[in-house]
Amino acid sequence: MSKKLLSALLILTASFTTLVACGASEDTASDSGSVYYLNFKPEVAELWNDIAEKYTAETGVPVKVVTAAGGEYESTLKSEMAKKGAPTLFHINGPMGYISWQDYCSDLSAVPFYDTLTDKSLAILGEDGGVYGLPLAIEGYGIIYNEAILDKYFALSNAKVKSLAEVTNFDTLKTLAEDIQANKDALGIEGAFAATSLLPGEDWRWQTHLLNMPIYGEFKDKGVNDLDVIEFTHSNEFKNIFDLYINNSTTTPTLLSAKGVMDSMAEFALGQAAMVQNGNWAWGQIADIPGNTVKAEDVKFLPIYTGLEGEENLGLPIGNENYLAINSQTSELNQQATIDFVNWLLTSETGKNEMVNTLGNIAPYSTFSDDEKPQDPLAQSLLTHMENGKPSVTWVFPMFPSQTFKNDVGASLMEYAQGTKTWADVESTVVDGWATQKALIK
Amino acid sequence: MEKYLKKQFAIFALPTILAFALAFGIPFLTGLYLSFCEFTTVTNAKFVGLDNYRQVFSDPNFINAFWFTVKVMLVSVLTVNIFAFLLALLLTQKLKGTNLFRTVFFMPNLIGGIVLGYIWQSIINGILVNFDMTMLMDSSYGFWGLIMVVNWQYIGYIMIIYIAGLQNVSTSVLEAADIDGATSLQKVFRIKLPLIMTSITIALFLTIANSFKMFDQNLALTNGGPGNQTSMLALDIYNTFYDTIGFEGVGQAKATIFFIVVAAIAVVQVFITRRKEVEN
Amino acid sequence: MSTPKANKIYYTILTILVLLFISPILFVIMNSFKGQFFISDAPFALPIGDYFAGTTNYVKGIEKTNFFRAFGISTFITVFSVGAIIIFTSMTSWYITRVKNKLTSFLYYMFVFSMIVPFQMVMFTMSKLADTLYLNNPIGMVVLYLGFGSGLSVFMFSGFLKSIPLEIEEAALIDGCTPLVTFFQIVLPILKPTTITIAILNAMWIWNDYLLPYLVIGVSTDYKTIPVTVQFLMGSYGAKDYGALMALLVLSVTPIIIFYLLCQKYIIAGVVAGAVKG
Repeated sequence: MSKKLLSALLILTASFTTLVACGASEDTASDSGSVYYLNFKPEVAELWNDIAEKYTAETGVPVKVVTAAGGEYESTLKSEMAKKGAPTLFHINGPMGYISWQDYCSDLSAVPFYDTLTDKSLAILGEDGGVYGLPLAIEGYGIIYNEAILDKYFALSNAKVKSLAEVTNFDTLKTLAEDIQANKDALGIEGAFAATSLLPGEDWRWQTHLLNMPIYGEFKDKGVNDLDVIEFTHSNEFKNIFDLYINNSTTTPTLLSAKGVMDSMAEFALGQAAMVQNGNWAWGQIADIPGNTVKAEDVKFLPIYTGLEGEENLGLPIGNENYLAINSQTSELNQQATIDFVNWLLTSETGKNEMVNTLGNIAPYSTFSDDEKPQDPLAQSLLTHMENGKPSVTWVFPMFPSQTFKNDVGASLMEYAQGTKTWADVESTVVDGWATQKALIK
Repeated sequence: MEKYLKKQFAIFALPTILAFALAFGIPFLTGLYLSFCEFTTVTNAKFVGLDNYRQVFSDPNFINAFWFTVKVMLVSVLTVNIFAFLLALLLTQKLKGTNLFRTVFFMPNLIGGIVLGYIWQSIINGILVNFDMTMLMDSSYGFWGLIMVVNWQYIGYIMIIYIAGLQNVSTSVLEAADIDGATSLQKVFRIKLPLIMTSITIALFLTIANSFKMFDQNLALTNGGPGNQTSMLALDIYNTFYDTIGFEGVGQAKATIFFIVVAAIAVVQVFITRRKEVEN
Repeated sequence: MSTPKANKIYYTILTILVLLFISPILFVIMNSFKGQFFISDAPFALPIGDYFAGTTNYVKGIEKTNFFRAFGISTFITVFSVGAIIIFTSMTSWYITRVKNKLTSFLYYMFVFSMIVPFQMVMFTMSKLADTLYLNNPIGMVVLYLGFGSGLSVFMFSGFLKSIPLEIEEAALIDGCTPLVTFFQIVLPILKPTTITIAILNAMWIWNDYLLPYLVIGVSTDYKTIPVTVQFLMGSYGAKDYGALMALLVLSVTPIIIFYLLCQKYIIAGVVAGAVKG
């Protein structure tokens, strides 16, 4: 008995020591510094892991990529930053993000890729004139449609809308969506719009991207870039489009709280829905759905019409929210390694190829020539919209006070959709939440 | 012997004490202090007196979580104990195959809260989808969902405790009752129940403590949704700490209040058990 | 005595209950073989025809989460933590029950006190401290579990130690054995029944624990345990994939059930003993 126990004890201690030794050697391994990137977009998580592996294979510099949960970037960043081995490369979502994280943002004015940034107004500047955040990509979103289904609809004898050229404002969009919904059986689809995913954490298309429209309108009316207190003057326009989405959909409104982004993208890819709101980053998801029926040449963007004045002449909401920042609190070695990594992405042939063709990013840097633009249909459609002369809708959501605000609005929209809350409740969540959360930052 | 052993403190007691101090002692004391401070990381704490506690009591989420926890606790303690006792009665009828049944009923107890929560989330949403609903439709679905999870997890466990109690009820007493012509129901209420009061006390406090401190199941099943309506105390404390920057002090104050309530329950338990022991 | 007719009713009730108890697991197994989008749309349909997805979900689930690594990490942490808890807390318990002074009785009450403090009270400060001291790895977890597990274990070992006579130990010490030898050759074998109970209770807790490894090790390291992995798949891995989730649930539950069926006698006895004493 005792012999057995003693030997067990010996084995225990032995393996402890080996493990301690292993653990220690891991810590000292990287003389060249290492990169830890806290990624913002769950949908490209796997792509980033591959890119990191390629970079490590090429240079030997370890790159770790961690992706935060949808709607949890701020809290993940907060807990990761408090640790040793904090992220070296992270995102701030604009001026608001810079205020929260200024202690951690290093000055990027001397990094090589800042010089090649085509439009210097895209950078986040600090009060001291330093550069603290740089865009990774220019992005845009809108209503993605499947032209094959729309053409089939336009060909119907009883179609109320005969061509997409007629759709220039909310009223025509509403006619189109409702008529498609009414004819869904004839078209062999399940709804005009794919599911409005309201599962908590999967609701950013509405509480961030869609909410941009009325807030953009309010800022424009008042001629400001930010407000401490909003009136939500365009609440009706927001309700217009949200109601249109949930009532002309593949999914009964009461079931939306179980739907994720993947569910709606799958519906669109499988040809069950004619339209879905999302951004140009979504092409990868559409293309990757097994058994998808949608053809690349049929996938295009339509602006989001909500009933705002003068919307006939507005383009897509285009902008950037994920400004890259490099952690100033990490070692010089790691900072340099991180700069090298970003530089590789933006200048080397392999890096640029990953940026353009793997991630489908439209990079606003002069190192990318005109033909180094992503070829996927959504990026192409975005570029067409950018070139047609209509001014794009500014992304004002980087001014949204906090993630808590957005999550609360999402929860409120979910309850409105399933009928357990009224629109007035949604309005007060937006107005009150904005005021309280803005006050907290100050 | 004492004098030989006394010198061996470093070998015998120190490793455990060090680990204990690291995991519990130091964090407990700093936590207690920090509940009176405003801080974002432990190093920048600023003393603010009872400010955090005042904020806790004016936080509707905390009040809501408290009553929701009490509701879950009451309903689950009742249901788990009643079902477990009935099962224990069934399985002490000297039937063949009792062991097999006991094995099956106990099994869910070994599955962790996170896994349990997701299993039931998919089942409940799977049922509700037929009525065009999800669990986030109304807080009552989340509530009954939690009750089901807890029942599935604990019935087998509590049943085992009751079986152990019932097996100690001497057969001679029961046979005497048979001779006196007692019905089965009379035997249960007049003989079995009073004789297993110790088991009942144990089972009650186990279910009270476990349901009061529940976290994993709550997180996986509804994560508090819709809104924060189905957050229990542990989840609300967690969210206060990690979801809102600047509320760490309030979170620590909530945790301290939670600790006091849990400790009070434990003290009551010890008091009742002691009194029972004296009576017997 | 029960009549044959009553027996028939009992068996019917019990069989229905058994089916009810295992149906959640059957439900998950069934759905783990279905395509990911059919799980929410047709949850009770059998995985046949169009619905059948073969092992796709398993392949995806294992790939996305590195499940076998998580299994290894969970096993490592559980085995070594339970080992450390048993050896160190039994030694400590022997010391504080045999050496009687103010310090040891203070220690005993501290250990007992820790049992009633909920984890939320210390989670924030503990995870900060653990991070500062480089405990954010499996070995660090073993140290932390030793700390957290010591309350219940010291309490149970001490309870048992108080009830055994001193004569044998004293004889051994007089024979010239060192305290360490006396402990491992004489005392520890006597403690065997309590040891099994403590091992089982701690193993069940550590294997299934979510919050402690999540806070200390987190999602950013390669040391995710099984519960952290499951939550990570649902919470953080971008688009929620119910197919992979179902497969992962099956994979997480299977080893527990196998282990349970192999040692159920000890497990049930251990849990009862733990409940009664704890």
